[in-house]
This record gives sequence, C-alpha cells and structure tokens, in this order.
Amino acid sequence: MNSFTTNIQLVYVLAAACFVVGLHLMNSPATARRGNQVSTAGMIIAVVITLILLIHEGTVTALGWTVLIVGSLLGSAAGLWSARTVQMTAMPQLVSMFNAVGGGAAALVAIYGYIHDESAPGGVLGSTTVFTVLDVIIGSVTFTGSLIAAGKLQGIITGNPVMIKGGRAINVALAVVALGSAAFMLTTASLPALLLVVLASLAFGVLMVLPIGGADMPVVISLLNAFTGTAVAMAGFVVNNWALIIAGALVGASGGILTKLMADAMNRSLGNIMLGGFGTGDSAIAAPVAGDAQIRSIAADDAAIQLAYASKVIIVPGYGLAAAQAQHGAAELAALLESRGVEVSYAIHPVAGRMPGHMNVLLAEANVPYPQLKEMEEINPEFGRADVALVIGANDVTNPAARRPGNAISGMPILDVDQAKSIIVVKRSMGHGYAGMDNELYGNPKTSMYFADAKKAVAEMTSAVKTLVG
Amino acid sequence: MSTALVTDLTIFVLALLVGIEVIGKVPATLHTPLMSAANSIHGIVLVGAMLIGLTAHNAVGYILAFVAAFFAAANVVGGYVVTGRMLKMFRRKIPAAEPAKAQLNGQASKQPQEVQR
Repeated sequence: MNSFTTNIQLVYVLAAACFVVGLHLMNSPATARRGNQVSTAGMIIAVVITLILLIHEGTVTALGWTVLIVGSLLGSAAGLWSARTVQMTAMPQLVSMFNAVGGGAAALVAIYGYIHDESAPGGVLGSTTVFTVLDVIIGSVTFTGSLIAAGKLQGIITGNPVMIKGGRAINVALAVVALGSAAFMLTTASLPALLLVVLASLAFGVLMVLPIGGADMPVVISLLNAFTGTAVAMAGFVVNNWALIIAGALVGASGGILTKLMADAMNRSLGNIMLGGFGTGDSAIAAPVAGDAQIRSIAADDAAIQLAYASKVIIVPGYGLAAAQAQHGAAELAALLESRGVEVSYAIHPVAGRMPGHMNVLLAEANVPYPQLKEMEEINPEFGRADVALVIGANDVTNPAARRPGNAISGMPILDVDQAKSIIVVKRSMGHGYAGMDNELYGNPKTSMYFADAKKAVAEMTSAVKTLVG
Repeated sequence: MSTALVTDLTIFVLALLVGIEVIGKVPATLHTPLMSAANSIHGIVLVGAMLIGLTAHNAVGYILAFVAAFFAAANVVGGYVVTGRMLKMFRRKIPAAEPAKAQLNGQASKQPQEVQR
C-alpha cells in the first residue's frame, strides 16, 4: 500500500465518521436535519475521493468513464424524480425500491469482481470468494424480495399472502442449489456456479416475500433494509474498502434493530412472519361482535360535543386513517380543539402504518407538531386522564384481549385506550383487523362507534364542532 | 487469514456495535426518516460501482458498471433528497405564519410551503 492509497483510505474513514455522526444526530427531531446534511457531506467526500482515485490510477477507459458518468447521471435523475414526487403514504414502497437497487448494485459489484479475477492470472482468491458469494446471495435475494415487497405495497401484486403449492419445498431446493454452488465455488473457480447462485437467489427472494401478508410489511422492509446493509458490507470486503464495510455495518445494525422492534410490537417471531400466512392485511370481513356485547353508535353532533367540552383528548390513528387520506382532516380537527383550549395528543403504536414510524411522517406532513406525537410507553399512562380517546382507523392495537392469554394477539403490546373516560371509534364497519378477531373495546360501555370513512368522519365532526360551539 | 482480512473483519464488527449503540437511541417518531437515511448511506455502494471502472475493459464490465452506477446513484440521490424532505416536515409547533392555513386545509397549504423552502 503506497502513501497515496493509504491517504485515500483515511478519507474513506472520514466519510464513514460522517455517517456515524449523521445517524447519531437522528436521535432528536431538532437535530435530525443536520444529521442528514452531515451524512450527505460524508457521501460527497467518499464519491469525490473515489473520482480522484480513478483519475490518479488512470486505467479507466474513455468508454469506462462514459458508462460510469451516464449511468450515475441517469440514476441520480431517477432517484431525484422519485424522491421529489413520492406521496408520503407511498414512502414504504420507495424505501423498498432503494433497498432493491442498493442490494442489486452490491451484488453486481461482487459479480464483476469475480468475473474479473477469474479471467486474470492468479485467479480468484479463496478468502475473497466467501464474501463474494455472501454478497451475491444476500444482494440478489434483497433485489427481488424488495421489488416484490414494493409491488405488494403499491397494490400491483396482491397484499394477501400468495401461497404457492409446494412453495416451501421449492424454497428449500433453491437454498440448497444456491448454497451448494457457493460451496463448490470455494474450492473451484467457476462462472457457471456463480450464475447458478445468482439465479437461485433471485428466485428465492421472490418466493420469500410472496407468502407474506401486507400487514407484516413493516417487518419485511426492516429486514430487507438489514439485508441490503449486510450486502454492501460484504461488497466492501470484496473491493477492500472501509467506507463500504462501515456504512454497510451501520445499515445492517439499523435494519436489525428495527426488525426486532417491529416483530416485538406485533408480538410475532421473525420465523413466524417469514413462514407467512397470518397477516392477511387489508381483508375486512364484516362480522358482528359476540352477542353479549352492546354496540352503541354515535352521531357527529354528539361526538363533537364530547370532544369540544373535553379537557384532554387523545387521538389514536391507525393505518385506516392513512388509507383514507384523513391525516389532514384529523390534524384540522385537533387544531380546532386546541384553539378551544382542549389538550390534544396523538398515541402512536409502533406498527401504525406500513413501515416503522410511518404514522409520524404522515402526521408531520399534516402539520402536526412532533411534541404532540407520543410513543406507546409515553402515552399509555395518560389514557386514564383523557376525557375522550378518538380511535381513527386502528383496530388490533387497541384490543384489550391482548392482555389475556389464549388468543391470536395475546401478549401484543397495545395502547390502553380502554382506560380513557370515554372512547369514540371511527370505523367503516364492524370488520376485523388483520388478526381476524373481534375487538372487545367495541363492546365496552364507554365506547361509541362512529361508522363512516375516516376522512368523512373527521370532516363531519369538525364542522359539527364549529356549528355547535362556535 | 491475511492481516488485511483481519483488519476488515475488526472494522466490520466494531461498526456493527457502533451502529447498534447509536441507532438504539433514535426515537420511534423518527424511525421512517432513520430507515430512509440508512437507505441513502448504503448508497455508498456507488463507490464500489465506480471502482469497477478501474478494470472494466470489455462489454461485460461496461454493462455491469453501467447498471451498478445507475442503481447506486438512484439510491444515494433519492435517499438523501427524500430523507431531507421528510425531516423538513417535523416541526416543534405549527409555524406562526401558517396556522390559519394549516387549520383550514392541510393539503392545500402543503404545496406552497414546499416551493418556499
């Protein structure tokens, strides 16, 4: 290693330090924007120093420069366009697409490295091959898996679990082919074996995500995010670059933590989710609550009076609110109540939305100040002091049955909505959540049901508050 | 096992632990921007794509370099821009100049704000 390449490694370490500091600044909404800027600066440093390295080495051909520059510019344009135009409700799809291209690029880097070394004198180094096959397997699985996840979130592919007959056997076969070829590559350099690894991994990615239901997407996206990070770190081993190794490890850690948080919040093990079949997501089967429970429905006027004369209201938003695009209406209702001196806060369950923290972004977009957005642990003790809990489009995460053993959601952390003095539930019908069970909250004597689309309901309540109490 | 490999593995393990430590402190409110920021960081694979150019001297090399550069650049640029866009929305309170708009119509007030900033 001459002094030039040593200095270059030092600059990569500087870039990696920027990523760590940038992520650290994400620990508060007040500093998060600066964190993103620091991280961007790190990325610019890394790209610029790589350009300097390419120029210094002088081995890049004219055509080589052309494909790199044109490829980067077209990619940047595509990234910029999608980042500017994406709806906040569609964020999970976009993150999934970025996982796909990141994992895909990492796999391609390793594939190229292998092809190049294989034809070069001296051949492939055994120790590099381990990382090459890991990168190719993880990167390829992430690529197709993320595309399928994005397709499911976008509604191009059904959100319901797709069960293929003998799918599990095919998965096992694909895994055996991929790992077998990979093991063969460790002993003998072989391009056909690499091709086999790539194809089997791509197919495995598709079959891994297809059987997973739409409601489990927060976990799947987090997991694929961790995969992408790991693939990039493996690519770093292949090209022997510290920036890739550190950045990849950071992302792998972040994805891993979020995967665990999401799985815990759904009270399901990762294995259970990956085997699929439970999270049927958007299915709304209309079924009455068990006969002994009395369901009371409420009209806009009564709901408005309850809200307007409360001193503390907690809004519990669920994915139904986002699906109905009711976040702006809900924020408007909250602002109106606040202007009357009502204390309003939002109770956000960890899996409210289609990716970790999704509901916070949707409400931030609707101009809800972030100090009003309360996490589950923070808000649960406050329900006892709330005059009204207004549940909009949330179901299973409010079901007190989770506190008892012996049912589908036993042990799942829930919002203690039933502790509030009164409860208004906005819901289209008595349909089930993804757990497919009755919500005992609806039979609670303190609960009133407001049967309507979330957007229409909040608009009606808002105008009722305005007319009745001025 | 070569010294370089041991160094790389050491860096990997330490970075993983740093990541767990740093990210464990991020509040749930910011989990979506966090994931999006992590997303843009794995766009560092662009550096790997650029390094392909050093030795790419045939059609296969050029095609792989092109696709990898395209994917990685989309990842980097898109990731940072959308993270910035999201974080801009997180406000401590409704901006003084805008509460009327914010209350009347969240949808409509969104557009002009984005143009202004």
